[in-house]
Amino acid sequence: MTTYQLSVNGERREVDVDSSTPLLWVLREELKITGTKYGCGISACGACTVHLDGVATRSCVVPVSLIGNRPIVTIEGIGKDPVGRAVQDAWVEKDVVQCGYCQSGQIMTAVALLKDKPRPTDANIEESMGGNLCRCGTYVRIREAIKSASAQLN
Amino acid sequence: MSANRSLVLRSFVVTLVAIACWMALSSVEMANATTAATNPKPADGLAAWDSVYSVLTYPRCINCHTATNYPQQGDDRHRHFANVIRGPEGKGVAGLNCISCHQEKNSDATGVPGAHGWHLAPLSMRWQDLNDRILSSAEVCRALIDRAKNHGLDEPGILKHHQEEPLVVWAWNPGLRPDGSARSMPPLTHDQFVGATRRWVAAGTPCPRSRSSP
Repeated sequence: MTTYQLSVNGERREVDVDSSTPLLWVLREELKITGTKYGCGISACGACTVHLDGVATRSCVVPVSLIGNRPIVTIEGIGKDPVGRAVQDAWVEKDVVQCGYCQSGQIMTAVALLKDKPRPTDANIEESMGGNLCRCGTYVRIREAIKSASAQLN
Repeated sequence: MSANRSLVLRSFVVTLVAIACWMALSSVEMANATTAATNPKPADGLAAWDSVYSVLTYPRCINCHTATNYPQQGDDRHRHFANVIRGPEGKGVAGLNCISCHQEKNSDATGVPGAHGWHLAPLSMRWQDLNDRILSSAEVCRALIDRAKNHGLDEPGILKHHQEEPLVVWAWNPGLRPDGSARSMPPLTHDQFVGATRRWVAAGTPCPRSRSSP
């Protein structure tokens, strides 16, 4: 076991875990921050997406030992960010969610997209969101919500 | 007595001549060897290139030197999963970057390979065609030495790239697959690869002639 100092949603947190523990399980099991979901465990579905130093990152495959000093933002903290707030509002406005399991990952990826491309095209949305799977098939509403958030921010 | 002295003198002269001839021949051989070392024959350079090519086209290398809009993975060079695409700079796209998963080091616990600056090689450095066929030795060679395609690398730059570039060096420390087995490595050691590159560069980076299309 090793002790790690992490910055999670702006707060310093300390965990004592095995160095190979994926960030997802540090968040969920050690820190009880459970908005980030376990989907596939192999970075194929995007449900576990968090922001690591601003980069949308698959937390299920990143061991805690490789995080270093990079700040972590999860779905619980993204609403403090203006883009994150706009995306969450748009998600509500467009009633995107069906079962909801994948949506925290979808929102985290959508925020990363809008920070890079404030006015994304349909192609931009499909490319960036293409790694986030939704078994309920809410893709059309996800795209509408991203466009709505973009309009709100611009 | 006089005959004996004459015989000794003659033997001495013959010995001197023999030593002089031996020294002359040796110096010629040394000069030839030195010339060969400083001016390697093109054939030696081409042989060294064959070794370099065997590494460049190994899956650990060519999987990121694709001609497609996506990276490949595995020894069978299949399309990278999760709908990963190249992106404008070969680093993926916002929300789905290479570094969304690939960190600074391998993660053997989760089977995700990693090294500093994970990204795809530019399309100008593609070593396969759109039909997934590996380009010929001549085509890869010509692309590699074309500064318009290789980001302006001169010959020492190419050697340095093979010696030090983290993603090149990673090929010899590729980590474990998700199932815990070891990823395969190129057919040469890194030292052998660098040595072959050095010999190829010393020979003037000769490229093989193109074969006519089948």
